[in-house]
Amino acid sequence: MITRQESVIVRTTCRLLAPFIQVFGLYVIVHGHSSPGGGFQGGVILASSFVLLAIGFGPGEVQRRIPRPALLACTCAGVLLYAGIGVACVLLGANFLDYGALPLRDARSLGMLGIEIGVGITVAAAMVSIFHDLITFE
Amino acid sequence: MTALAVAFVSAGVFFLVTGAAGLIRFPDFYTRMHASGKCDTLGVLLVLVGIACHVGASLTSAKILLIAAFIFVASPTATHAIARSALRHQNALWPEEEQ
Repeated sequence: MITRQESVIVRTTCRLLAPFIQVFGLYVIVHGHSSPGGGFQGGVILASSFVLLAIGFGPGEVQRRIPRPALLACTCAGVLLYAGIGVACVLLGANFLDYGALPLRDARSLGMLGIEIGVGITVAAAMVSIFHDLITFE
Repeated sequence: MTALAVAFVSAGVFFLVTGAAGLIRFPDFYTRMHASGKCDTLGVLLVLVGIACHVGASLTSAKILLIAAFIFVASPTATHAIARSALRHQNALWPEEEQ
């Protein structure tokens, strides 16, 4: 069972580094369709910042900031975004995930970006909830 | 610029090798931590600065310097956390081990 760290050095570093790790995770997600990285990798980096916060401040602090229902909602919302973009392409008369059919400028690039964001949200939320289940297991 | 990069990377490799030697040669957990923690931080930092010098002033070198800043904060904290938890779990100190 992880509890709040007594060492002020560890706590301060966790607090200072977590936002930078989150920004890097978002960077990896957003650049996924044009450079190495992507939704899964960025989502895992995003989740690792919450794991770091849980190590520094205890799992209760992270659960207070992101309640369990919100995690579940994020997990579902990401999948829904992915499937929604795919089905939207079907409804517009193309194949599943055929982004070219979307009525947007640079439809393929934007469609891929939407998919990556959906995967990132789902992976980050699922990782954090798996971590919570593991550390609160009696 | 290349000469500067070679100098930085060589200095970094020297510190990394020193840290590895300390890790093998020192007698107990804390002295090994002492050797590897500081030498690895400085060694990796120098290697990264050397690579940034080699790349030149660009977005890539800025990213490399950001990684260096991250390691400069994160590595000593990790060393501190490991050494602290070892001390709290009554890991024996070196002179006591000798007796």
